[in-house]
Amino acid sequence: MRGVAEARQNRAGWAFVAPALALIGLFFFMPVLAGLFLSFTDFDIYAIGRPDTARFMGLENYRQVLSNPLFWQALGNTFLFVILGGPLSVLTSLVAALLVSAKRVRYPGLFRSIFFMPVVTTLVAVAIVWRYLYHPQYGLLNWALGAVGIHPVDWLGDPHWAMFAIILMAVWKNFGYNMLIFIAGLQSIPEDLYEAAHLDGAGGWAQFRHVTLPSLAPTFLFVGVMTMLGNFQLFAEPYVMTQGGPLKATTTVVLLMYEEGFRWWRMGMAAALAFVLFVIMFLGTLIQMRLQGERR
Amino acid sequence: MKRKALLPTLTLHAVLVLGALVTLTPLMWMVSASFMSPGESNSFPPRLLPQVPTLQNYVDLFTRLNLARYLLNSTLVAVSATLISLIINSMAGYAFAKLRFAGRERVFHILLAALVIPGQVGMLPLFLLLKSMGLVNTMAGVVVPFMAGIFGIFMVRQYAMSIPDDLLDAARVDGAGEYRILWNIVIPVIQPILVTLAVFTFLSAWNDFMWPLIVLSDDAKYTLPVALASLSGEHVQDTGLMMAGSVLTVLPVVVLFIVLQRAYIRGVMMGSVKG
Repeated sequence: MRGVAEARQNRAGWAFVAPALALIGLFFFMPVLAGLFLSFTDFDIYAIGRPDTARFMGLENYRQVLSNPLFWQALGNTFLFVILGGPLSVLTSLVAALLVSAKRVRYPGLFRSIFFMPVVTTLVAVAIVWRYLYHPQYGLLNWALGAVGIHPVDWLGDPHWAMFAIILMAVWKNFGYNMLIFIAGLQSIPEDLYEAAHLDGAGGWAQFRHVTLPSLAPTFLFVGVMTMLGNFQLFAEPYVMTQGGPLKATTTVVLLMYEEGFRWWRMGMAAALAFVLFVIMFLGTLIQMRLQGERR
Repeated sequence: MKRKALLPTLTLHAVLVLGALVTLTPLMWMVSASFMSPGESNSFPPRLLPQVPTLQNYVDLFTRLNLARYLLNSTLVAVSATLISLIINSMAGYAFAKLRFAGRERVFHILLAALVIPGQVGMLPLFLLLKSMGLVNTMAGVVVPFMAGIFGIFMVRQYAMSIPDDLLDAARVDGAGEYRILWNIVIPVIQPILVTLAVFTFLSAWNDFMWPLIVLSDDAKYTLPVALASLSGEHVQDTGLMMAGSVLTVLPVVVLFIVLQRAYIRGVMMGSVKG
């Protein structure tokens, strides 16, 4: 009797996960493996019509990617976004979370919702809005800066400023997400820790340094890794706001991959780019886990 | 004591209100500029409010441009992605949590490990696969990556773990089949997480840009973000028009978020537990 019931559950279990596994296998795992294979071929626009014309090339695509100056520029731009934009975004999230979680705040829910609002908005739509805010003549930002005596900046037209403009916009768009995670982290710190610190004579700053920050260490690791992985995939902001310009100053690795693969149809090359990025993201995750693990 | 606490409290609220204003400014300006007449938003100094509010931009979007079509396409994509993913992910999530079957843990761990693979890695072959299936330049092709999701399965599984085994065993003793148990007992219990999953999927399908941009080539099939990106090239000077288009794109998701806030926030928090 037991055996029959177990066999029935075994069958039902597999039947329930089968649709999901089939879809994920067909539309995710298989393409990922095929992508690796694709990256070793010269698959191009002719091969789309006749796949048998694609030839095995070994590591040739990887060699070409690594010797392409545009790849290194795109990688540099992407790193700028990751290394500057990431910490800036996490810091903004932390400050917002601390402010909203302060005990004296009235209507914390309202402020939380407002700060979170940009996260749910459609990226393409708000990127277009920001393009107008950044307009050198009619934009709100230069007008506001002018009021405090700062000369107008051609935010998206000047190669020195364009990536910073995208970083600023992305911080605005995303900080609410990590703020929520920090709020959850702050709520899980036991109240007695603060009371004990208070009895030991620790002031507000000392409590923050010796109770809040150490207790948030796991949250920092999670937020740090997730933000980094997301930032490495920067695509829509430069696509909509600058088309990767001016002078390729905002061309990112994913934007380059999109152009190679879906504009010039050099799919073998694009697949190699995607895998190089994947390896870099993987190493970045390992490094962060190592660094943050040591600090604890 | 009370007077001493007053100043920091005031400062705290001043900073919060300022932060809220800065956060809302781009969105408020978007709404305001969408009611401005042509040329008004390209003036110096920039206008914060329209002199005479006009609906002309919205009228133009529906008459001169094909906005109704894009709205319909986006709705179709987001609704079908949501319905399909609800069915597929809730079945799988429940099974991983509560049904004992051979290889369960191993399969689940492989899925979790795959979360680190970025979507772009499979995008090119996925495009070729859909092309061979005749799904390129179709709504179905846009929906494909949303149908089953590892994160969605994970969310349902975490929630379904709290269902007591006794409840399920009692139903089994009464002779209920596994499908009936899923439908009559499990679904009502895990309903809160299904709302969360629905909001998540709807928002990400509605807001997604890169995949529909790749799959869709025919203007009449564009979703709102793809249409907006392409229009923003041709109509750079029509600030009011573009802002009206942005308002109509953002409005549905913002309303959905405000109405179902608690469900959405629960999802974000669950995501952080996994770390």
